[in-house]
Amino acid sequence: MSEIAATDTLPKPRRDIAPLLLPVVLALLMIPLVGSASSWVTLTVASLAMGMMIFIMASGLTLVFGLMDVLNFGHGAFIAIGAYVATLVLLPLASWAQADSLLTNLAVLVPAALLSMGVTGALGLVVERVLVLPVYGQHLKQILMTTGGLIVAEQTMYALFGPQIIPMPLPAALRGSFILGDVAISKYRLLALLIGLVIFVAIELVLNRTKIGLLIRAGVENREMVEALGYRIRRLFLGVFMTGSALAGLGGVMWGLYREQVHASIGDELTVLVFIVVIIGGLGSITGCFIGAILVAMVANYGGFLVPKLALVSNILLMVAVLMWRPRGLYAVTSR
Amino acid sequence: MSALLKLSGVETYIGRYHILQGVDFEVPEGQTTMLLGRNGAGKTTTLRTIMGLWQAKTGSITLSGEPIEKLATPDIAQRGVGYVPESMAVFSDLTVKENLVLAARNGPLDDAQLAWIFGFFPALKKFWLSRAGSLSGGQKQMLSIARAIVEPRKLLLIDEPTKGLAPAIVMSLIECLKEIKRRGATILLVEQNFHAARELGDQVLVMDNGTIVHRGDMAALAADVPLQERLLGLSLEAHQ
Amino acid sequence: MMILSGDPPRSRTLSILLVVIVLALLATPFIFPGAKALNVAAKICIFAALVASYDLLLGYTGSVSFAHTMFYGIGSYAIAISLYGLGPNWASVAVAVAAGLPLALLLALAIGLFSLRVEAIFFAMITLAVASAFLVLASQLSWLTGGEDGRSFQLPELLRPGTVFIGKEWFGFPINGRILTYYLVLSACALMILALLRVVNSPFGRVLQAIRENRFRAEALGYRTVFHLTYANCIAAVIAACAGMLNALWLRYAGPDTSLAFSIMLDILLMVVIGGMGTIYGAIIGAAIFILAQNYLQALMSIASTAASEAGLPLLPGLLHPDRWLLWLGLLFIASVYFFPTGVVGRLRGKPAAKH
Repeated sequence: MSEIAATDTLPKPRRDIAPLLLPVVLALLMIPLVGSASSWVTLTVASLAMGMMIFIMASGLTLVFGLMDVLNFGHGAFIAIGAYVATLVLLPLASWAQADSLLTNLAVLVPAALLSMGVTGALGLVVERVLVLPVYGQHLKQILMTTGGLIVAEQTMYALFGPQIIPMPLPAALRGSFILGDVAISKYRLLALLIGLVIFVAIELVLNRTKIGLLIRAGVENREMVEALGYRIRRLFLGVFMTGSALAGLGGVMWGLYREQVHASIGDELTVLVFIVVIIGGLGSITGCFIGAILVAMVANYGGFLVPKLALVSNILLMVAVLMWRPRGLYAVTSR
Repeated sequence: MSALLKLSGVETYIGRYHILQGVDFEVPEGQTTMLLGRNGAGKTTTLRTIMGLWQAKTGSITLSGEPIEKLATPDIAQRGVGYVPESMAVFSDLTVKENLVLAARNGPLDDAQLAWIFGFFPALKKFWLSRAGSLSGGQKQMLSIARAIVEPRKLLLIDEPTKGLAPAIVMSLIECLKEIKRRGATILLVEQNFHAARELGDQVLVMDNGTIVHRGDMAALAADVPLQERLLGLSLEAHQ
Repeated sequence: MMILSGDPPRSRTLSILLVVIVLALLATPFIFPGAKALNVAAKICIFAALVASYDLLLGYTGSVSFAHTMFYGIGSYAIAISLYGLGPNWASVAVAVAAGLPLALLLALAIGLFSLRVEAIFFAMITLAVASAFLVLASQLSWLTGGEDGRSFQLPELLRPGTVFIGKEWFGFPINGRILTYYLVLSACALMILALLRVVNSPFGRVLQAIRENRFRAEALGYRTVFHLTYANCIAAVIAACAGMLNALWLRYAGPDTSLAFSIMLDILLMVVIGGMGTIYGAIIGAAIFILAQNYLQALMSIASTAASEAGLPLLPGLLHPDRWLLWLGLLFIASVYFFPTGVVGRLRGKPAAKH
């Protein structure tokens, strides 16, 4: 039945592409400022890779807000926990990770990432049931409860793993760079870029091509009507919350490998970054989150290269600029 | 003629406000029951309470004899209640097709049912793949009703479908609702437009201050002008 | 009544508790001699004022700000930088006040106007981002702020411990500049709390509560909510900055850990929630309970931790270590938001306080 030929279509609302162009324009503007082409390529790849990692961490947060109007201030804890859990696999199997074979490396890296996602996803279940559900619909208490959750999670990590920084070396096969002429592109950054793109495309496909995705999009717009059509939106929400937590965990693993170290404080540090991304993108918008993440990463990389002192406040300046332009973020999704 | 839906002693609070103050009525199977009354009488709250979107504090609501007043909204919907809210609540980011795919909870869309719907809502076929947000007000209302009937439902709750629509569109909407009636649907319809109510209603309920103040045949009320004026007052003339 | 702005504690137990706390704070130098007791008492005073100013935002307008420590830090650093750079005299204190308060005010105004221009839900996130940027700035601009080490400085002559007004012969200990500083802190904090009581009981305070209950209705009634919320932000920021100045004067030091750290923000949140949101009095109770616990319970935890490790229990020594104080605090925080959302004051008053 679904092949009904629409005899007519209404004029589509003009697709809002200005935000999509923003990172492209920014990158092009930087060519003359950076000067050397090879530095520009390196910086741009670094921005995109960092942007993808941040996107992976932030995507869950934005969906959870869009769907259920829940602001999770403890989201950063999942990031840190993800990174810590990966070390439980990576460090004991360090010899595999450092073997000079991509397959052996992956044989330890993939299970590590999967374990992290499993643990953070399961924790997402607990957090949703214990901290979020009881104060559902009350923003103030949600913020307080999840902030409390963040403290508890962070302190538990200190108690379990100690206060020291834990090294998290990159597997041997992912070290080094591909050299193209005088441009060096780090292998790991390329991998991060790839994973980020795959996840972005996967999320977009799920949202646009599956019934679950339709339900999520419909729920972002009007939860009550989704329930009135007979769907249990709470279950859907739990699923999204767990997926978002697992993605934050994956992002944590990737970030840990990127920095080659883990510390409980990365949760705090990235919470701020992730919040800025989600605000810039427009709460609830995956596309906005994607662009926001790239913008934040670009500002950090180009800014750090051109005006290192500015890097301290560059994110805030970016946020102010974007919100002055669009007070609800690049793509405002929810009507709330 | 048995009662499909029965409310007795239903009281609903919204925050501190006591909106429904003991509502009792029955909706007979296979008929259209009109729920009339001035603004703020509690009509929308009644529908929302049946749907489980507000929780009744006391009283009972039964559907085919089974109590539903403690059930969550999705469970009530799954028992065969279709809801068309006042705001229409179409998912504007989704296409017409996607809106209906979601509404067909039990599987793929049924061709015959769709053909029937397209028979009186041709615009939905015309704009099948357009975003619901780009439809006109009347088309959105059609989509919202289509969502409720895309699969057979025991009971339809429809909240002021003619509100804010141009007279010509109201006329065609009334014809569509009549067609849905002919298929044997049981409908509880909130309406301010007395003309529409007279055309569609078998039974009539009039609400005021959170209770039912009149129940009877629509035809009898339509014939009795003094009673109309007493029950519905000025609001009636304004809508005629 | 006049001094309390017509808003008495409204509970006998609460009144007794408050009187006991205030008397104890007034008499601390005489009944609990020793540096530690005086430090704890001063900290209770400062935090009571700081938390009360936060309550104006959280309890009376219902907006969660994570930038309150930033204003506290601005006050602290203003005193530290000024006294360090210009020398230990009253002119430097005046310079600090003249520079610090307007800075806090302007920043609050900027954040307020900016956040209010965008969606309300962004407020908490924006303040968190701004506060973290400020923390990074303060620890990076070492030439000005002393970086991670912070700034230690000398107080004006009058306030130094070496300045003795009454010798040992009278009370068994000298009445010196330190005790004068303590009473300066105490009275300044008392004044700020009374001023806040006045604010929340004024027509302005009532409008704030109306906005918290239903912003749209308040707007429909003709109140310019943007103006009111920004104004509340500014008042809270200035009082936080004042509390920060007192804190720096008392510690003779300002650094990231004593004035800007995220953990202080959490302490404030906890004190507001424990004491009772939207009551102002809750700030006094919350600060007293929290700071006493912080100073005396940590010692207990240390004993328990040692005992647990001697008993060979797994994990417990780590969890009970005094450094894990925040872990228990976090659990307490969640439990109080969940089980006692109205806090001590709400409980004692015995009727549900305002819902959120």
